Amino acid sequence: MNQRPPTGRADPTAPAQGPAAPNGPEHPGPRLATAVDVQGLSVWFGPQQVLRKVSLQIPAQAVTAIIGPSGCGKSTFLRSLNRMHDLVPSARLEGRVALFGQDLYAPGTDPTQVRRRVGMVFQKSNPFPTMTIAENVTVGLRLNGLRRRDLLQEQLEASLRMAALWDEVKDRLHAPAVSLSGGQQQRLCIARALAVQPEVLLMDEPASALDPIATSRIEDLILELKKDFTIVIVTHNMQQAARMSDHTAFFYLGELIEFDRTKKIFTNPSKKQTEDYVTGRFG
Amino acid sequence: MQYFEQELSELKEQLLTMASLAEAAVNQAVQALHDRDDPLARRVWEADTGIDRLEVEIDETAITLLAKAPLASDLRLITVAMKISHDLERVGDEATKIAKRTLELNLEPPLKISLDIPGLARLAVDMLNGALDAFVHHDPAGARALSERDREVDALNRQIHDLLAHAMAADPQNISRGLNLMVIAKSLERIADHAVNIAEEVVYLCEALDIRHAKHLAPPGA
Repeated sequence: MNQRPPTGRADPTAPAQGPAAPNGPEHPGPRLATAVDVQGLSVWFGPQQVLRKVSLQIPAQAVTAIIGPSGCGKSTFLRSLNRMHDLVPSARLEGRVALFGQDLYAPGTDPTQVRRRVGMVFQKSNPFPTMTIAENVTVGLRLNGLRRRDLLQEQLEASLRMAALWDEVKDRLHAPAVSLSGGQQQRLCIARALAVQPEVLLMDEPASALDPIATSRIEDLILELKKDFTIVIVTHNMQQAARMSDHTAFFYLGELIEFDRTKKIFTNPSKKQTEDYVTGRFG
Repeated sequence: MQYFEQELSELKEQLLTMASLAEAAVNQAVQALHDRDDPLARRVWEADTGIDRLEVEIDETAITLLAKAPLASDLRLITVAMKISHDLERVGDEATKIAKRTLELNLEPPLKISLDIPGLARLAVDMLNGALDAFVHHDPAGARALSERDREVDALNRQIHDLLAHAMAADPQNISRGLNLMVIAKSLERIADHAVNIAEEVVYLCEALDIRHAKHLAPPGA
């Protein structure tokens, strides 16, 4: 009889040798519209190239997560989507970034208008410290010339409700923004970004400085917001990307290695580099 | 990461130990039946506790690992390990059932009917070996091949069932032994089913493809 000792079997952990799945997003069901179409995007800071010919279509009304090790170019990619690099004198960019078909870098395009259409939330909440909660939310609208108090009030409430903050602050709208907790301040920044009614919301590690409860609220909020907005989020937290995003892009050394449905990336990535990164065996 | 790898290795080690015990239980139960060996049948029965204990231990290890939020092939290995250990526990139960029925059969003289229970046992044991080898060698093609053999097992079990039913109808003296042999044949058929389950888990482990309940076990793209 064929009886094996307990140690008689070989290690079953070798990676699967099956045929490589085609790289690229698969869309079961109706295909999502593309919100941001990035073609051959390269970015340099001085002589250093930090993004290398990245092409990627970000689906509308969905959450796309950007993952990769530090220095892989994921934040640079994110900032390319709303012309943040215009503010860096040594930055140079090649390629095309189109928002619903419109080239964001076309001559004559106003970067301020681009940033109104493509809002951003940063890792560390950055409410304006001298302003009240209400002023923080409406500052963008007032800078855009909106003066009618009724419309400002309407947008203030709508933005705070969308950011799931209204119930917590409705009785102290004129308190200093810095009186809020860290998680509330980050939701205030999201409300501020939403107030100008952007089409896309970029988030650069929006929950990395928050405790698990505040993180959970931000994640719930993002899932709620994707019904109306296109969201692109940079995160170092694989589980957060797995929980929240519909699609995930993995960057390494300035290149896009793999872009696919999140479920595929986190259960069966096509590229070995992605597998090594998401399982923590990188390097 | 180093510690996680170590814990993952422990899980694999536990699973391979359990696989070896379950295989041994089936082999010994079949041997006890063939040789009318009561002491061996009792040893199979007693050894089932060890298999049950390993199932619990594997679940504990797997849950600890799942709490660390593994991804990709690690996630597949852990979930597959839990399912395979459940199948192996059931295999152990079937081996015990064969051993118990063997003890009952051995109280009477052998039934004088030509039944291919050794052939059925060989097929079931081969399928279990094949499924576990496919797991060890990451061999989804080998795993898929087992479904064809399961049809042979089912056909042979039906044939044995019909022969025994006929023998019991012909002579009431045959009923007690006939029923015991029917249970044994059914247990062997169930062992083959668990081998197919394990094979399906191997395909998922290797290709992240869920082929359970599929009408045909076709390779991707076929």
